[in-house]
Amino acid sequence: MTATTTATRGGPAVRDRGHPARPGPRAIASQSLLIARRNLTALVRAPETIFFSVIQPIMFLLLFNYVFGGAIGGRGGGYINFLMPGILVQFIAFATFSTALGLNTDVAKGFVDRFRSLPIARSAVLTGRILSDAVGMAFNTVLLGAVGMLMGFRITGGPTSVVGACLLAWAFGIALCWVGAVIGLTLRSPEAVQSGGMSWLFPLTFASSAFAPAETMPGWLQAFVNVNPVTITTDAIRALLAGEPAGSLVAASLAWTAAITAVFFTLAVRRFQRMR
Amino acid sequence: MTIAIQAEGLAKSFGDIRALDGIDLEVPSGTVLGLLGPNGSGKTTAVRIFATLLQPTSGRASVAGHDVVSQPSRVRSVIGLTSQTSAVDDHLTGFENLEIIGRLLGLAKADAGARARALLDRVDLASDGDRRARTYSGGMRRRLDLAASLVGRPKVLFLDEPTTGLDPRSRIQLWGTIRELVADGTTVLLTTQYLEEADHLADTITVLDQGRVIARGTSDQLKAQTGGQFLEVRPQDPSRLDEAAATLATLAGGAPVVDREGRLVGVSVDDPALVAAAVRQLDTAGIRIADLALRRPSLDDVFLQLTGHRSQPAPAAGAASGKRRHRRKAA
Repeated sequence: MTATTTATRGGPAVRDRGHPARPGPRAIASQSLLIARRNLTALVRAPETIFFSVIQPIMFLLLFNYVFGGAIGGRGGGYINFLMPGILVQFIAFATFSTALGLNTDVAKGFVDRFRSLPIARSAVLTGRILSDAVGMAFNTVLLGAVGMLMGFRITGGPTSVVGACLLAWAFGIALCWVGAVIGLTLRSPEAVQSGGMSWLFPLTFASSAFAPAETMPGWLQAFVNVNPVTITTDAIRALLAGEPAGSLVAASLAWTAAITAVFFTLAVRRFQRMR
Repeated sequence: MTIAIQAEGLAKSFGDIRALDGIDLEVPSGTVLGLLGPNGSGKTTAVRIFATLLQPTSGRASVAGHDVVSQPSRVRSVIGLTSQTSAVDDHLTGFENLEIIGRLLGLAKADAGARARALLDRVDLASDGDRRARTYSGGMRRRLDLAASLVGRPKVLFLDEPTTGLDPRSRIQLWGTIRELVADGTTVLLTTQYLEEADHLADTITVLDQGRVIARGTSDQLKAQTGGQFLEVRPQDPSRLDEAAATLATLAGGAPVVDREGRLVGVSVDDPALVAAAVRQLDTAGIRIADLALRRPSLDDVFLQLTGHRSQPAPAAGAASGKRRHRRKAA
């Protein structure tokens, strides 16, 4: 679209002049919560969606631990302690897919049009989606953690470290959800999101220390793996859960989270406001 | 008389495609404007601009006196929009679908609930309100979608092809609901491909073709444009359609229109006496007639006369997806 006149410039440039009822922060928060609740209601009422979103990481956990565990971690069964944080971060990264699909479906079905034609905060559709995905993510990580414990995963860090590990994982997951939002608002159909929205997640999560130590990989791959935010976040969580010093890893992970959020939040909001 | 919807030189381009090529509109409060045109004529683009979903490339548009570009929030607080896709949440009940909109608009839970019940009643869904929308038929979904656009008590309602894809019974039911709204003083802008629909609902009709207004007026005025009566002749031998047309051209005022699918020639005639002359001429030319009818012109004839093509071209899959594609491209 060529923006030649001021009229064509969408987005933040356009400000309503003197409207008393522009939604304030409070209204935006309550509208986001309402939309998040709607998304969660839909999720709860389609149990098959939840079932598959929970069963998939559990399946990964079982397969990786019992298929590769012996080869990677030796016979002691120690691999589960290495694997668990990796699976957790991988799972959280894959949860962004639901953001992409959810938003894309809402656009395709006309919900986004409906919401955008109401006198409510336009951003509420975006923040509501991220919020409901964050809730789903939190629920599933706890469940996944419980399954891991049953399989012999042991936490040696203190309660503060465990809470810290969870918060770090969720913050990273929410940052990635904004990437999912950009994908969902960019691709043209839910089908395109189904096929294309996930592909980037495989190299991102597998070319990391999530499943195998970086030292065992070829040098050229290590170069990527060592800067991969999935590696950094996984290592930070591992250290926290094991009660080891994690300060610099946590800081690096938070820096990645902040950077990803800043870039993709901006892109998503711009996409959303300039849609069509 | 106040003006509820106004457009001046409204234009919108998507890249090289000029979807809307400078249209003027004026809809008085409490009336229904039917925006009539084939796929790709710019109807939806116009509605999206009025509903503040799209920004015009040039020109001005206002709703209830509020400019759509500089005062979008004010516009949104007085409009309701029903777009082509029914924005109905399958997993929620009909009631919940409406309730959440009330809550979003700032109503307390009890008020949003009461409003939802009242609207379900209004669109004849009262007894289905507590069922999941997934179980609704196409017509029920459309009515629920219409109800959703009414939660905020809009002064101006935009209905983008509200009955496309509905069976005749559901269509007539929806027409009834729309007529009730108009009786309550709501201003309605309705887009449609169905001439019958515009005929039924609209006080005035504006015909769009390729982004331009090609005609406007009441249904009767538009019909009068094609002459008082319409003569249709079906030759026994379809290969002689053009000959028949040429023969009729010598008689009537308007140019005859050949409908190859219907295998007939139509022409507007000002004077019924011409019918006898037409029969004589065709007979002289040796064209045997299978069927001959004199009738009042339909809006379809008007459309054909104005644009040279029927109002509803056979839905080509390619054309429909092309439309979608270029809309998304403009994102």
